[in-house]
This record gives sequence, structure tokens and C-alpha cells, in this order.
Amino acid sequence: MADASRRNLLRGLAVGASAVALSGCKSVSQTQWVQGVLYSAEGLTRRVQRLFAGRDALATEYSKADIAPVFRTNGTLNPPTSEYQKHVAEGFANWRVVVNGLVEHPLSLSLADLRKLPSRTQITRHDCVEGWSCIGEWTGVPLRIVLAMAKPKENARYAVFYCADPMDDSDDDGVADSNFYYESHDLIEATHPQTLLAYALNGRPLPVANGAPVRLRAERQLGYKQAKYVQRVELVESYAHIAGGKGGYWEDQGYNWYGGI
Amino acid sequence: MSVATDTTPSSSLRKPGLWSGFWNFLVYGANTRPGEPRAPFCRHALFVRITHWLNAGILTVMLMSGLQIFNATPALYWGQQSDFAHPILSFPAYQNADGEIVRGETKIGSWTFNTTGVLGASRVDGQMAARAFPDWATIPGPQWLALGRVWHFFFAWLLVTNGALFALYAFARGHIRDLAPSLSDIRNLPHEIVEHARLRFPKGEAAKRYNALQKLAYFTVIFVLGPLVVLTGLTMSPTMDAAFPFLPWIFGGRQTARTIHFICAFSFFAFFIVHMIMVFLSGTWNNIRSMITGRYRIEEGGGHG
Repeated sequence: MADASRRNLLRGLAVGASAVALSGCKSVSQTQWVQGVLYSAEGLTRRVQRLFAGRDALATEYSKADIAPVFRTNGTLNPPTSEYQKHVAEGFANWRVVVNGLVEHPLSLSLADLRKLPSRTQITRHDCVEGWSCIGEWTGVPLRIVLAMAKPKENARYAVFYCADPMDDSDDDGVADSNFYYESHDLIEATHPQTLLAYALNGRPLPVANGAPVRLRAERQLGYKQAKYVQRVELVESYAHIAGGKGGYWEDQGYNWYGGI
Repeated sequence: MSVATDTTPSSSLRKPGLWSGFWNFLVYGANTRPGEPRAPFCRHALFVRITHWLNAGILTVMLMSGLQIFNATPALYWGQQSDFAHPILSFPAYQNADGEIVRGETKIGSWTFNTTGVLGASRVDGQMAARAFPDWATIPGPQWLALGRVWHFFFAWLLVTNGALFALYAFARGHIRDLAPSLSDIRNLPHEIVEHARLRFPKGEAAKRYNALQKLAYFTVIFVLGPLVVLTGLTMSPTMDAAFPFLPWIFGGRQTARTIHFICAFSFFAFFIVHMIMVFLSGTWNNIRSMITGRYRIEEGGGHG
């Protein structure tokens, strides 16, 4: 075989391979079995990270000097529903955080109830899935204290957080009105010492854009796992029956349930 | 590395035809006629060849899915957190009065470059869109952070596994001695650089070893850049930072780690470009064949260095 034809053959193979590789990226990403393979690494990542971090390894806490002048806001900045706006007008006096599901003692806690419970203040770094970071000081009730009051049943495995911010606009009027934000954590993360139902940021009541009046802080996880505008915490054995079944609003859009990386 | 003893071609390989032609190329090389002795020198061990090509594919996916993730926050910062007003590097996009994206820029410190069409703003399905890196450079092509992350973290496991296997092999089988630059290599560096610049490459016995510049490049990429890109990647994980608080400490913060991670990625890319140029200049087909079948034709000559 002549040099020229050998070279052409090889050149053809190389060009063909790179064309397949490049043009196929979108459709490949949409292929079911490819997604199945790619998502399979999530369980491995979670197990290995948990092996290293254990139950109680704490996220680094920073000093006052590290606090960002303005805490970056993202996602919902002001839930547009009339119910939420009424709560804003009332200064959240009638806001309740309900704890129910697989618990012995369902709870309904007002902001005043939450503030009476033991609190924790921590200056931590918020890491967004988009790549940026911001440091702020959070004050709130460790969720483990609230869960201990509610006494989870034996079969409770996850805490699901239901939020007041709608993500979809069902009647196309430009205002979101349905598909409310939700998130879930396993009980290891939910009972971590730094996991808070936070009601204050930098020593002030939580601003609306940051999730007023109560948001979750789960400091070893990415930002989308830290639900804002929390109204209810439900303990469940599985989240498969809730909304899209993937354990959270962003998870239903394809984001990993395990948000530790 | 070993010298192959088999120098007589088997007759079955001499048949003409597409596949045997391809096979002949692999065994004999483009410069060898069938019937001539096969290229006798086995330059790369099978294990090295396999991990090399796996790594080439894995790094391609890592770079392209990494650019997809980068596009979600198309800016780099220094320190623990993002000083949004003062990025080190950013790719802003600008709209006209009708809200159409019309301009993309690359900003490095106080320098601004108009990179419309490629960086900052580029066409997606014919429509100008605000995105740092264009769709032909990212996996998946369209803006899709969730899937970009899933690609990245799946292939990250492959990268680490492949890299760890290679490192184990290199130390267990003494391949590390082929790669680690020696003191005399370092002393020889100025001479090597001059020889490379004059496109004079080692011949004869000297061609059987990596030269000083190769050692320096391969060793740095594999044993410095490799671990660094993995560690800075892990530093971006909040759970890993809780498990190993020294990670953000040694890199000077999560955002610094992200910046170093980005620099590492483009260092790999720069290595790839130089690597391609060197492969081309020092005998394209001989080099490619030696990386596929191991067989490398030594050009006779005194060698240098």
C-alpha cells in the first residue's frame, strides 16, 4: 500500500473520530444510557466523600473580617405570591415552620419559637454550584435540636424542605406561581452540627432576597441544597414520590442530588 | 524499555489491501517497505501506550466539560471568596438597545480585548449568546451546567484511576527513571534547547531515551500538573474542604484554587499544542506508530548531547 493512501486512510480515521466526538456532544448528553452511566459516578463520589468527611467534620469557620460587604443573592429574590407578600407585610408574625412526616411529635414553630431555642452563629463560606463563593455570618437553630424535639421514627431517612418560592409560571403572565422550590438531605447532613434553620444573616433578620424569614444552612453542601423561605420540614423514607422524584427542584432539572462537590 | 528481538516480518502481513495496509503501517511505518525489517526498537511499553491514549481522551472530556462548568461563572477570582467587582479574568458580554448580544470581551486585569464570536459572546444555533467559551469547545455544546458537571465528575474518576495506575506502573517497573530529569539533564538543558530550536533531534542511541526537554515536560505534566489539577479540583468541593481544611489553606482559598485549576487546564492544553508540534517536527508517523504499536525506527547517526 502506497504511503499516500496509507496517510489518507489514517487522516480519514482521525477526522472521522473527532467529528463524531465534537458533533455528538449534545445528542450524546441527551442519550438515556449515556446519562445512566455518567450519573452512576454520583453514588461513588458521595460514599468516598462521606468516608473522608464522616458525620461531623465541620466546614471551616471564618472571622468577622472575612464577611463579604454584600452577601450575593441568587435564585428567587422575592417570592411573588400574595401569600408570601402578606407574610412580608406582617413581618412574618404568622410564619410557621412545620415539622411533620415520619416523626413522633409533629411541630409547628413560629419565628418566636425558633428564636427561643438554643442558637448557633457561624461565619461560613457559601459555595455556589456556578462556581462563586461568598462569606457570611449565619444565626439559627441547629436542625438537630428541632428534629430531636420532633423525634424521627425509625424508618425516617431524609428531611425534605418545602419552600414558599414558586419556580414555574403556569399561566404565562410573567410571574411564577407553581412548582414550589424544595430540597432534601439525608439525616447525616440534616443532623450535622452546622446545619441550621437560619433566621439571621450578619446579625440582622434574614433579608427577603436571602430567604426570609427562615432558610436552611448546610455548610458542607453547595448553595442549591440550602433551601430558602422554608415552611415545612417533612421526614420521609424516600423522596421518589415528591415532585419530579429526584429530591429537589434543581435535582429534577438534572443537577446531582449529592451536592458536596 | 526493551529492544524487540523479532525482526523478520511474517508473510501474512504483506498482503495488499486496506486493513493489511493499515497493519503494515503500524508495524513497519510509512517509511518502510514490506519485506524490510520491521522497525526494531520498542519505544513505548504496552501499558504506557494504553494509559497514554486513555488519558488523551479523558483529558479532552475533562477540558471541554470543565469549560462548560466555567461558563456558569465566567470569571476568576483570588482568595477565599469572589470579589465580584474585581475578577482577575472575565468574559463579559454586552447587549445593544434591543437586548441583542452584540459584543464579547476578554478582560485580564485592566486589559480588555474584543473577542466577539469566540470568547464572551458567540453564536449558538445561529443566535449570538453570552457565553465565555463557545459551544464547539464545551461538553455539552449548549449551556447545560448540570450535565457538564456530570460529565466532569464521571471522567474525573477515570482520570484519577488512569493516573494512579500509570504512577504505580512507573514506580514499580522503573519507568520513572526514564521520565525523571537527572542532574546532567538539567545541565544539558541550554544545549538541548538550542538543538530543538534548530530542529535537530536525537539520532541513534540517544533517540532511544527521552531527551532532557522531553523528560522535563512529561515529568512536570504527569507528576506536578496532574496532582495539582486534582487537588485544586477537590478544593472546590465544600465537603472535601470540611474533611481536609488544609486544602483551601494551602491554595489560599477556594477561589484561588478555582483559578489555579483553570490555569492547570490551560497548561495541559498548552502542553498538548507543543506536544503536537514536536510530534510533527520530529517524525509524525514514526512517533504516532511508536505510541500505537511501540515500534520506533531509529535514524542512524551519532546522536547528540
